[in-house]
Amino acid sequence: MNPRLLPLAVTVLIFVVAYAVCYAQFPAMLSTRVIGNLLTDNAFLGIAAVGMTFVIISGGIDLSVGSVIAFTGVFITVMLRDTSLHPLAVFAILLGLTTLFGAAMGMIIHVLRMPPFIVTLAGMFLARGLAYILSVDSVPITHPFYEWLQSLYWLLPGKGRLTLIGGLMLLVFAFGILLAHRTRFGANVFALGGGVQTARLMGVPVARTTVAIYALSGFLAGLSGIVFSLYTSAGYSLAAVGVELDAIAAVVIGGTLLTGGSGFVAGTLIGVLIMGLIQTYIIFDGTLSSWWTKIVIGALLLVFIMLQKGLLSLADRRRSLRASGNT
Amino acid sequence: MTNNPTLLAAVGLSKTFPGTRALDGVDFDLRAGEVHALLGENGAGKSTLIKCLTGAYRRDGGDILLEGASIDPRDTQEAQRLGIGTVYQEVNLLPNLTVADNLLLGRQPRRLGLVSRRETNRIAREMLSRYGLTIDVARSLDSYSVAIQQIVAIARAVSLSGKVLILDEPTASLDRDEVRMLFDVVRSLRAQGLGIVFISHFLDQVFDISDRITVLRNGRLVGVRDAATLDRTQLINMMLGRELSEETRDRGRGGFDYAQRARIAYVGTGRAGVIAPFDLSIHRGEVVGMAGLLGSGRTETAELMFAAAPRDGGSVNKDGKPLKLASPRDAIAAGFGFSPEDRKTSGIIGDMSVRENIVLALQARQGWMRPVRLSRQREMADDYIRRLDIRTPDAEKPIGQLSGGNQQKALLARWLATNPEFLILDEPTRGIDVGAHAEIIRMIENLCESGMSLLVISSELDELVTYSHRVVVVRDRVHVAELIGEEITTDSIVAAIAKPSPAPETSA
Repeated sequence: MNPRLLPLAVTVLIFVVAYAVCYAQFPAMLSTRVIGNLLTDNAFLGIAAVGMTFVIISGGIDLSVGSVIAFTGVFITVMLRDTSLHPLAVFAILLGLTTLFGAAMGMIIHVLRMPPFIVTLAGMFLARGLAYILSVDSVPITHPFYEWLQSLYWLLPGKGRLTLIGGLMLLVFAFGILLAHRTRFGANVFALGGGVQTARLMGVPVARTTVAIYALSGFLAGLSGIVFSLYTSAGYSLAAVGVELDAIAAVVIGGTLLTGGSGFVAGTLIGVLIMGLIQTYIIFDGTLSSWWTKIVIGALLLVFIMLQKGLLSLADRRRSLRASGNT
Repeated sequence: MTNNPTLLAAVGLSKTFPGTRALDGVDFDLRAGEVHALLGENGAGKSTLIKCLTGAYRRDGGDILLEGASIDPRDTQEAQRLGIGTVYQEVNLLPNLTVADNLLLGRQPRRLGLVSRRETNRIAREMLSRYGLTIDVARSLDSYSVAIQQIVAIARAVSLSGKVLILDEPTASLDRDEVRMLFDVVRSLRAQGLGIVFISHFLDQVFDISDRITVLRNGRLVGVRDAATLDRTQLINMMLGRELSEETRDRGRGGFDYAQRARIAYVGTGRAGVIAPFDLSIHRGEVVGMAGLLGSGRTETAELMFAAAPRDGGSVNKDGKPLKLASPRDAIAAGFGFSPEDRKTSGIIGDMSVRENIVLALQARQGWMRPVRLSRQREMADDYIRRLDIRTPDAEKPIGQLSGGNQQKALLARWLATNPEFLILDEPTRGIDVGAHAEIIRMIENLCESGMSLLVISSELDELVTYSHRVVVVRDRVHVAELIGEEITTDSIVAAIAKPSPAPETSA
């Protein structure tokens, strides 16, 4: 087997085993109702994590995601409250804004050769601050179109519901998989993760690709914010704190190398589902504190980072062994 | 073959960097259907010439003609479009992508807007089959050996450019069979009429594959010869042979008193696969020169002696007493100093000031608990700037902005500040101009008169002859000869280097 597939295989294995354990204890876990809820509850995280996957594969990081989600929620509520615009028009304006926001960060990262960590950290504060300026209170959204969107679902066999936002997440993942693995843009993202200097020498349009990656992440953070506002029916500037870290965790658990150059969008979906599964288990159990979710995710992350480190050093050792055998 | 038309020519090419003239009116011509070796020690100007040809550098003077037409590539991409492709020692591909993606990045065939994996892999397989390579192109590049990666890199370069192929040290990390595989590929490309520039410091390989050989030295053209009519000694003479300068002498310094006890004695020091075990002792006030071609094991010897690289067994004595020498810290504590070959990557810290760079080794020896007072640092820096004539406006200028010769002098100052008993200098005069050259030679002589012991590695044989009491010759990772006093001449050193290796590497 290709060693690069190993982290993905481990992720899938952990997911299957975890699900089997849950099923053994609570047979209801396999019902389509639980699965439907799993998708709905994690839709916003999943969508943001798709953008994060591209960013991390390219060797970067985007810390602004959670703040952009909060900004999105507040922006939508304020626009719906204070103007007579249709929600769809508001969505369009908002997605334009967050995409530009991401593109601007990508531009700064490329032109000023700044570390993505710092640039997106600044973006994180900026977006959160803008959300506060719009409104400090949690504002509920009451719009007939919103209620209609929230009521949409596709009935699965077994009475489970695939809601609009759950379905949207699956669509975004399908789009992300095609974009990452079946387009020249996707190949260029991987190329940047393999080494910016080499990629440039090989003719990859570095500037265009970098800007596009962060613009994509900004767009998907905006979309995730819309989904979040549909999920919570409110906009609050303190919402979604730390979601970027959950997204990073999902990406890494999904088998993407944190240092870039290798990864799978589909793995991220499983990473998100593993995190959701832990939460579902805790709800089923009823006695465990919900903070156990964080502890298990922390442990999983540690395992994955050590697995990646192990794989990398193994590959290095093989290479140096070959090199020293030749002198 | 020799009557083929000229494909690529450089006429009077010049390139200057601050403090050094990297290329000085160099002529070079490459014919279609030939392998043309480009030789010279480090700093001779090979890589500068290549970088000018491939657009990585813009030339300062002269002309580059491709098929008779003047070209001026702005970057490697443009050179590639014009027909000049390059493959480097460190493979310039992306190890994390598949072989197929590496070959076709940016040109992947698409169907309905999506990249067709099957078609990409088919084209990639076809490209590689022309080089006799049948591998799974869907696997990532780093799952294959360096030799295969090299061939993939060649396949990509040829498919993108197709007239001139420049191979920069392609065999440095290949074993014998892999070199043969690579050479088969090179020969078949030659037969197709490509012009191939081959850079290597393995002379056996150069003679094996080249039709003609161009030798550069200190940024100037030494000569162009047919490989068939040139022998090793002539070639090494061209590469290392003497350069006229006033301050040299013909024979080594004799009359050194070897009756005294050695200051430092290495016994059976070596490391498998790096350098064969050697015995070497150095006396008070003695300069030991070390000569050999690039890659022969000179630098490796120095690293072992300074404990910068691990060694297998052997013992070290200082003043007759066993010395624990397990790390550079031990070496510094014992009064050793080491100024490495590549001052840019392992010597100076470019963003730090001249003063900070000078104080570094002394501070490291004292330990961070006892900082050197700032006033003392200033005093020391100013003192060395004056004594070594380091040309800098003041001690606070970042050292990276100084010229090569002045950086080298600051590095020397760093070690002199620790008042070492034994100083190792690896290529102290590389890449610096002639004036600074003579100053450093004078400094070496002064230091040894003051009782310091020195080991100096250099490719400049006349320079070695000038200051050495003794010269150790290294060849193929073995210390093969030791010349003492009057025995030391450039001719005797060349002869010791040129003796054919007992087992020729390639005998195809």
